[in-house]
Amino acid sequence: MLIAFYIASAIAVLATIVAITRNHAVHALLYLIVSLLAIAVVFFVIGAPFLAALELIIYAGAIMVLFLFVVMMLNIGEHATEVETEWLKPGVWAWPSALATVLIAELAYVAVHVAAPEATMHVVTPKEIGISLFGPYAIGVELASLLLMSGLVGAYHIGRRASGEEEERYRASTDGARVVSSSGAVRVGSDRTSDAA
Amino acid sequence: MYLAVALFALGLIGLLTRRNLIFTLMSVEVMLNASGLAFVAGSYQWGRPDGQVMFLFILAMAAAEVSVGLALLLQFHRRAPTLDSEVASEMKG
Amino acid sequence: MSSLLWIIPALPFASAAVLALFGSRFSRRVAAWLGTASIGLSALAAILAAIEFLAARPPGSAWVDHLWTWISLGDFQPEAALYFVPITLVMVVVITFVGFLIHLYSVEYMRDDEGFSRFFAYMNLFVAAMLTLVLANNLLLLYLGWEGVGLCSFLLIGFWYRDPANVRAANKAFLVTRVGDTAFAIGLFLLATHLRTLDIQEVMRRATQQWPVGSGLAIAAAALLLGGAVGKSAQLPLQTWLPDAMAGPTPTSALIHAATMVTAGVYLIARTNALFVLAPPVQFAVALIGAGTMLLAAFSAIAQRDLKRVLAYSTMSQIGYMFLALGLGAWSAAIFHFMTHAFFKALLFLAAGVVIQAMHHEQDMFRMGGLRFDLPVAFWSFLIGGSALAGLPLITAGFFSKDLILWQAWAGPNGNGLFWVAGLLGATLTSFYTYRMILLVFYGPEKLETSYKPGPVAVIPLITLCVLSIIGGYIDTPPDFGGVPVLSNFLNTVLPPLNEVHLGAITELSTAISASASFAIGFGFAYFVYAPWRGALKPREDPLLRLWYSGWAMDWLYDRLFVRPFQFVVRAGASDLIDEIYTGIARITDLASGAFRQTQNGRLRWYATGVAAGFVVLFAVVLLVR
Repeated sequence: MLIAFYIASAIAVLATIVAITRNHAVHALLYLIVSLLAIAVVFFVIGAPFLAALELIIYAGAIMVLFLFVVMMLNIGEHATEVETEWLKPGVWAWPSALATVLIAELAYVAVHVAAPEATMHVVTPKEIGISLFGPYAIGVELASLLLMSGLVGAYHIGRRASGEEEERYRASTDGARVVSSSGAVRVGSDRTSDAA
Repeated sequence: MYLAVALFALGLIGLLTRRNLIFTLMSVEVMLNASGLAFVAGSYQWGRPDGQVMFLFILAMAAAEVSVGLALLLQFHRRAPTLDSEVASEMKG
Repeated sequence: MSSLLWIIPALPFASAAVLALFGSRFSRRVAAWLGTASIGLSALAAILAAIEFLAARPPGSAWVDHLWTWISLGDFQPEAALYFVPITLVMVVVITFVGFLIHLYSVEYMRDDEGFSRFFAYMNLFVAAMLTLVLANNLLLLYLGWEGVGLCSFLLIGFWYRDPANVRAANKAFLVTRVGDTAFAIGLFLLATHLRTLDIQEVMRRATQQWPVGSGLAIAAAALLLGGAVGKSAQLPLQTWLPDAMAGPTPTSALIHAATMVTAGVYLIARTNALFVLAPPVQFAVALIGAGTMLLAAFSAIAQRDLKRVLAYSTMSQIGYMFLALGLGAWSAAIFHFMTHAFFKALLFLAAGVVIQAMHHEQDMFRMGGLRFDLPVAFWSFLIGGSALAGLPLITAGFFSKDLILWQAWAGPNGNGLFWVAGLLGATLTSFYTYRMILLVFYGPEKLETSYKPGPVAVIPLITLCVLSIIGGYIDTPPDFGGVPVLSNFLNTVLPPLNEVHLGAITELSTAISASASFAIGFGFAYFVYAPWRGALKPREDPLLRLWYSGWAMDWLYDRLFVRPFQFVVRAGASDLIDEIYTGIARITDLASGAFRQTQNGRLRWYATGVAAGFVVLFAVVLLVR
């Protein structure tokens, strides 16, 4: 069991690394799906089969697919991939990686000082989760439903295609003119800015 | 636990690095997933179901957030036919 | 009446306050009525007081009206009290009556001005302050009135404040007289410290008791008071403000800068005469300043082109005469000349106002001409007033007062042949520039069309002043011409009389004849140069005339000597260390804000980084603390 855990976690980390370094959006999403699958395996190993199933169905199945829908709908094309290549020069990774490393160190430090995991595995059945949800976490359920409802309405409204003239006005009034991002890319985390304040 | 930490950090890197908004959203998903994993691991460690329930809620929230986020993305794309987050820097100065 | 003296200054004060507070809500009619009636009632009260005073002369020839104690400090207790003696009587009656006439005139002159009620408020305030000055019992109250008239002069010169030139003129007037006022104040301190009182009669009494003639303290006190008088009366060396003060409205020039305020210095010296007697060098300086200013101003007047500036220099010159009289100890002669001068100078200014209005505010005499048919009232006013100024023998008031001064310049104990000659020269020049003015404005070809006719409200004061300019002199005629020394006797009850010492070669009669001769010479010369049959005249340009035109270049001198070094020092000290600290703080704030502004660059990833970094740091802090 433990081996499965280690292999799955290795796959997850690798897949995520690859996912965030891809140029092509669809490739990245696919790698992300792989990562999610690996996480599901980890869930299963930990003793949360219900959650593993949920992860697969909802996360990998619905959310990621939604992502793919939108990406393909936008139909950006080859140009985007080239631009991405330009944007992701190695130097860009420097500062965020440093920041994240510090974060890892801190969190790891915290994790070390927590009680060691028990060896015994306690499988949580769906039944237990159900009882929890209907009992102490009932209000959480209601709130979640509220959240989903607002998410639905909000997404509909925000994503609505405006009428023709509204769209014209949008285009005229925004910075649509300076559309194509320049190659003088700004690096995250550096102190220089390209725009004068 | 360490896995969760690692994944979270990776998601953070991705968030900070990528300019394309789709990747930004994607990295956010990664971070959410990682934090959910941390919850579940915790529940495993202390043998209580609460962590898993938490993960359920996180999942629901992620779904809602993704839909709204993508809707915003669509609007952004319509206004300026690009997905570069640097373009959206009008609130400066 | 002696206890109701306070009404005389109180009425104008009250009306000034009302006009200042509510004037903008009054119609012109109401404001005019209020402004003029207050002075009229004050004049009425003054005349009643005069009648009663003359009818029943009080003991010591003085009324005192104690109003209240102003400051109470041990044995130094200046009061607010009014003091009425013959000299005060003359001053008060002249001020209120001439003031009333001028207010009447200004109802017409200022009728189109939008600051109508403001004007009357200032004028009333001025009359009130001047009356306070004149009626004051002690030097502190006098100084209050002194400052008040200075303030009103400033306000009225800069009345049309939208033009920066007027404001500059007002500033100049105020600053120059301020120099004098400071000297005056120091003199007051000196007197208060050494004599423990500021009551004028007490001061004179104690000074004569405690200080020997010619002592340092007396000289210092008298000199400082002289400094104040010189500033206010526009004498050398503080005379530069008066020509520029003509930027104010003409009624202001008539009231303040001809008839009343500029004579405040004369009044001061006359009132504190004992101090000056105690300091003969200072008294000599008074005479010297008077004679010098008289000549300097007269020379300047003959080269002026602006109508009002001629009159301004003329005023300066005539006050020089008064100062000369004071310096010679001819106190009552000075007051007599003040009275006649008030009449004819106010008349001249008001008539000048008529001319200026008719000429659409053109004031250059060389652009006027031939007005005697279009403006008969103004013409006759100028003729009568000008003749009084020049001293047309026997008919005009000015002749008698000037003659008195000239006579006492020779015959008095401080008399001096040089002063007599200077006086005659001054008279000649006066006659010259007066008739020059009249010839240029009223004779010759007509250069500018006019269709303005002054209304009755303006004409009545003019006629009244004409009459006064003629008959005003008859209350004090020398023995050879009728021997009616009414005024001198009246004034000499409180002012020391002048004992005639040097008789001899020059008698009173010959003085009078010489004065008449100077008048004739001046007139003749003016006629010769500016005669109507010469046709249209252009102003001459030669260096001497230019020098006189600029008032003997004193403005230029003061500019180099005082103004520029002062401005240099100010500029040099403008950015000093303390200033630098403040600007430094501002600059640092600016830099810091610029730096902080960089973080607001609107870029998403930047903000996300900020959040993450902040979290990392905080977490580290928490961990390290634990």
